[in-house]
Amino acid sequence: MAFDTGLVLLVLGVAVWTIVARDTFAAVVGFVAYGLLLALVWVRLAAPDVALTEAAIGSGVTGVLLLGASTRLRRTETSGAGEKPGITLRLAAGMLCALVSAGVAAIVLKFPEPAPTLAPHTAANIAATGLGNPVTAVLMAYRAIDTLLETVVLLLALVGIWSLAPDRVWGGFPGARHHADPEGVLTFIAQLLVPMGILVGIHIFWIGSVAPGGEFQGATILAAMWILAMMAGLVDAPSVSRRWLRLLLVAGPTVFLAIGLAGFAMAGAFLAYPAPYAKLLIVTIEVPVTLSIAATLALLVAGPAERAPQR
Amino acid sequence: MSFALDALTILAVSTGAFFFLAGTVGLLRFPDALSRLHALTKADNLGLGLVVLGLLLQAEGSFAALKLIGVWLLTLLAGATVTQLIARTARPGGTHE
Amino acid sequence: MSTATLYGLCSAVLVGLGLFGLIVHPQPLRKILAFNLIGGGVFLLFGVVACRGAGMGFGGDPVPHALVITGLVVAFAATALAVALLLRLFEQTGQATLRSDR
Repeated sequence: MAFDTGLVLLVLGVAVWTIVARDTFAAVVGFVAYGLLLALVWVRLAAPDVALTEAAIGSGVTGVLLLGASTRLRRTETSGAGEKPGITLRLAAGMLCALVSAGVAAIVLKFPEPAPTLAPHTAANIAATGLGNPVTAVLMAYRAIDTLLETVVLLLALVGIWSLAPDRVWGGFPGARHHADPEGVLTFIAQLLVPMGILVGIHIFWIGSVAPGGEFQGATILAAMWILAMMAGLVDAPSVSRRWLRLLLVAGPTVFLAIGLAGFAMAGAFLAYPAPYAKLLIVTIEVPVTLSIAATLALLVAGPAERAPQR
Repeated sequence: MSFALDALTILAVSTGAFFFLAGTVGLLRFPDALSRLHALTKADNLGLGLVVLGLLLQAEGSFAALKLIGVWLLTLLAGATVTQLIARTARPGGTHE
Repeated sequence: MSTATLYGLCSAVLVGLGLFGLIVHPQPLRKILAFNLIGGGVFLLFGVVACRGAGMGFGGDPVPHALVITGLVVAFAATALAVALLLRLFEQTGQATLRSDR
């Protein structure tokens, strides 16, 4: 209990720092620390899958994105500060936020006893899916349609980002070309870490069927390795009009949708798996989905095209 | 036997935590970026090593112990690289080679 | 007070803090940061509900866990789009501000 209290105070302290820090860069660093501390909180709440996802996506990839953005927007720091709201608006906002917090706290304190739960339903049917990790079973079998739509949402976000490219570089290369010293430290760690990271990512994806892990966590590690390789200048970001890239991005959702539609023929409903083949179908969906999500996450961080395509 | 192991774990982790504290004091008190980096890397690497040593005594199985050592080595690698990169940007001469 | 209730109160404070940052900061990037803070608090509330639903040998109700994992990924996608829009606004106008009169 003392550990939990200390952790909560730490999380709230870092959150307050993120809000009140004057410098945006400091606020983003605080946000990355906040994400990592939240991952610890998730472990204390007995949710290791969510802890992995929070550390990887919530803190890691979002942190990279926001750090890059805060660096590019550094020139606007002082001009934005001139529009700070006056003391009355801040007091009113403070009161509104205190009311909202009190409302949520009241909800928390009035949670019904005994707690309603879907754990018995999950446990009753998990044997039919052939999986050992209940969260993966929920993601890929019970609520598979949510996961399918999530992959589509990721693609839509990527299409939205790519559509922001100016006309003159349409279909070109995302982001600036990174040049790192070939004898330097960044190149060294990229050459050392990327193969290890790919192995770790594949392991976490594969182990997700029986232990904490899964496709999103593994895909994020794979995406992080690609981002690292791009940042170190080892590989250049591919041009957004390349056919292999677009095929890679849509492969996951397409296979997912195809198996879902085949569920009508095989077991009578969309995304239904016939019982003896459930695990095989789930793995067949997971492999392309992992690759697609890894590519999508890396390209979401890389951003819209900024260099003209080669002719 | 397990009491001795627990006592050793507590001792090692406490010493590691003390080193982390020392590194943080250095971060807050040293005047410029380079000396702060120096304090952080030295103290934090040693602190993490002691914490991992303490946890090794509690690990179930050699695979878990190997994973702990792997975590320590990866953190060492990442910390050293990032420290180098920050130091090159922060040094008075700038980022020339 | 149980652990779950403690973290639930923590999530309530996080939502309030994030909302305050969202309203008060003029810079859009700070607003995006505060929005992610709110998201973290809301996901934590889901986690508290899941922790209270532990049973059948699971540490927590797996359905809210899956919802939170989905939510984290979608929140990142939304943040990426928001940041790309902000950077494009900055390239077009030279300023990163949401004021309409210039």
